[in-house]
Amino acid sequence: MADRIRIKDVAKTFLTRGRPLLVVEGIDLAVAETEFVALVGPSGCGKTTLLNIIAGFEAPDRGEVSVDGMPVTGPSRTGIVISQLGSVFPWLTVAGNLTFGLGDLPRAERARVARHYLAVVGLQGFEHAFPSELSGGMLKRVEVARALAVRPEILYMDEPFAALDALTRLRLRLELRRILAEEPRTCVLVTHDVEEAIHLADRIVVLSARPGRIQDVVDIPFPHPRRLSSLEVVALKDRILRELGVEALTSGAD
Amino acid sequence: MNGHDWLGPVRRATFWAPLGVVGALVGLWWLAVAATGSLIVPTPGQVLLGIGELARQGLLLRHVTSSLWRVGVGFGLAVVLAVPLGVCMGWFHGVFVAVNPVIQLLRPVSPIAWIPLAILWFGVGDLSPVFLIFLSSFFPLVVNTTTGVHTIERQYVRAARNFGVGGLRLLRLVILPAALPHILVGMRVSLGVAWLVVVAAEMIALDSGLGFLIMDSRNAGNRYDLVVAGMVLIGVFGLSLDSVMRRLETFRAIRWRDGG
Repeated sequence: MADRIRIKDVAKTFLTRGRPLLVVEGIDLAVAETEFVALVGPSGCGKTTLLNIIAGFEAPDRGEVSVDGMPVTGPSRTGIVISQLGSVFPWLTVAGNLTFGLGDLPRAERARVARHYLAVVGLQGFEHAFPSELSGGMLKRVEVARALAVRPEILYMDEPFAALDALTRLRLRLELRRILAEEPRTCVLVTHDVEEAIHLADRIVVLSARPGRIQDVVDIPFPHPRRLSSLEVVALKDRILRELGVEALTSGAD
Repeated sequence: MNGHDWLGPVRRATFWAPLGVVGALVGLWWLAVAATGSLIVPTPGQVLLGIGELARQGLLLRHVTSSLWRVGVGFGLAVVLAVPLGVCMGWFHGVFVAVNPVIQLLRPVSPIAWIPLAILWFGVGDLSPVFLIFLSSFFPLVVNTTTGVHTIERQYVRAARNFGVGGLRLLRLVILPAALPHILVGMRVSLGVAWLVVVAAEMIALDSGLGFLIMDSRNAGNRYDLVVAGMVLIGVFGLSLDSVMRRLETFRAIRWRDGG
């Protein structure tokens, strides 16, 4: 399988109160075409910065990122970001949001695509609803459908479900896997939720505390749908948590 | 029980309660005039007769339309200039840094203070009040539009860029709709101030408008019934303008900020 994303020796420094702060350093990573990679790490480790660099919203100070062999110079419809904040435009209806990125298609085609992806996320019939009438989980579905509607090669997800309640979060994870089984995409997920990463990803990249470096890369061999309560999953979760410096959980010797 | 039935008493109350207060005040006014036997302050009845007299002479329509027309032109001009300036100030930090001090310096100067200069520049005609209304509408609109654009949440702009929307399409599809609630607040404030100012401006000169009606009625024969008639008309039309603006704000796509 060919590489979709190639990240070579990427580093990024921010200026905070006039002093340089190295955020990520020496990142080398390749993501294959239909691979789902999760970046996990302690907060402040630069995982969101790394995602922003890959998605083209920020330029690295050193190194380079390429998608399908082309250097990334800015954000594009090749990869759509879904973030925790949510960016469904509240002044547009659900249908208006879904067709937002489809300006270059004929009107009838736009409507057809919008209807299709609304059905994919299970929101048929809500075309004319305004975002303020929807729940948080429904808004996230709209955001996913809007991203899929432009047929991106990549989905970038930055703690996409973090603001939702536990039940909705679990449900959306399952739906995301179902959608990806129907329409495979390259996915890069940033999360601090190790369980979420194990649930969704093919490979987990563990980042160290700032400056974020790749500390470990863990393959997740379990077939979907994954049972989070299975012993292997629990053991893997404990291992990754230990790598992240969370020790006491397994010993029970408190 | 359906929602309408449940809301019924509330709706009736919101209609009848203010009407009752107005009625009580008019009654007090009438009693006070009758009790003091004032020959100058008119009774509500005399005011109504005065309005009727103005209507018969065609003066009612003339004064109201010329006031409204001046407000329309001055306010329209302000919208056309202030909204683009506010968008630029909200979007480009450099423009904000350069222009904002001037705006803040001129903003507290009452439009009334500009009257002498207005007369000097534009003479005693329609242009002076239009200029004053323009000035009074301009500043609240610039300030609110700037705030509206400033406070656009970044994730919307990011998402638009992600979908390949930039330049004028970004302005039309994201910046303006996102700032619209603020712009509309600015328009309502501006229109209210414009209505205050047109009446004041018309008191200085000219031969038409509700402000002129008030000063002229007093100067030419102490017709206090017509003075109060002018005041009543100003109140009624001011309220109407405001409710038109409020109506605008209730459109779903505009009112997105309050949650539908």
